[in-house]
Amino acid sequence: MSMLLAAVATSGNTGETIVFWVCAIVAVGGALGMLLSHKAVHSALFIAATMISLAVLYVSQSAPFLGMTQVVVYTGAVMMLFLFVLMIVGVDSSDSLVETIRGQRAAAIVFALAFAALLIAGIGSATYTAVGLDKANTVDGGNVQGIAHLIFGRYVFAFEVTSALLITAALGAMVLAHRERHTPRPTQRQLSEERVRSGHAQNLPGPGVYARHNAVGTPAMLPDGTPTDRSVPEPLRGVSAVVGIDSEDTARVNALAAGGSVVPSAEEGSES
Amino acid sequence: MNPANYVYLSALLFSLGAFGVLVRRNAIVVFMCVELMLNACNLAFVSFARIHGNLDGQVIAFFVMVVAAAEVVVGLAIIMTIFRTRRSASVDEANLLKY
Repeated sequence: MSMLLAAVATSGNTGETIVFWVCAIVAVGGALGMLLSHKAVHSALFIAATMISLAVLYVSQSAPFLGMTQVVVYTGAVMMLFLFVLMIVGVDSSDSLVETIRGQRAAAIVFALAFAALLIAGIGSATYTAVGLDKANTVDGGNVQGIAHLIFGRYVFAFEVTSALLITAALGAMVLAHRERHTPRPTQRQLSEERVRSGHAQNLPGPGVYARHNAVGTPAMLPDGTPTDRSVPEPLRGVSAVVGIDSEDTARVNALAAGGSVVPSAEEGSES
Repeated sequence: MNPANYVYLSALLFSLGAFGVLVRRNAIVVFMCVELMLNACNLAFVSFARIHGNLDGQVIAFFVMVVAAAEVVVGLAIIMTIFRTRRSASVDEANLLKY
């Protein structure tokens, strides 16, 4: 057992190298995907991948507490909040690719490349003698204990200020997201009377259920064969999530209704 | 394994985030790019904590995470409020204070 541990300890360096390169490629790929993807939801999922690989890098740098906090706070709370707001703002909110300032994109590319070159040149000219955290992590009996010793010791004032910040942020979010109701809430009686008066006392049609699509975004068909918008939930109306009905399917259904054969014809059968 | 590699990676991620802030129009995606820059800084803090052999860098990274969480909450509430009044999440549309 001790031999095995020693082997793991000596091969830890190459293991860390492998972990670093895998996570670095995932992190940079996720960042590029976030930059280049058209839809905001895809961007959110890409940056979640980046954050998880950063958590792995924290753990491999002997910071297990921060790695777990990264998973809980960023991928757990922050990204879910992003996705919630994306659902409220609209999943179809994609970028317009029209430049409002001419040459902004080229200037941004030049700036980003120059900035990266500057940072990398600065980092490259420094010398690093890694002390390692093995000693600092064992002084108080572990990484979590060591961080707790610092937070509740030297940094206790910053920690207290943090609590004030969190309370202020929670209150601010409640104030900003709150919407005052100016009209009284309609009662059930008023709602039902209004529905009868509108001429459509019955339920709205449900979404379409077909052989290939049965998602809520699929419109139902009226008796004359045209899809009806009223069957689709309101947030999905008029966005790309509404799946059109395949014209091939309707043609096949019409052929069946006209008395065509249910069994596919010979050449179709040989294809499949 | 040279610990400078981690710092190089964080510099790269920070530059990508800065590029995204400059280029993207959707306010939520711009916000995600800001988060990426904060994450890159955290990675640099953790790497420097390891290079110097004390835990202060990790404590600072922890505080950055707390501040980032508070910032996300308020920022997304502001984006939602702007979206309610202007029906748009594009950073180009919010130009009411321009003239």
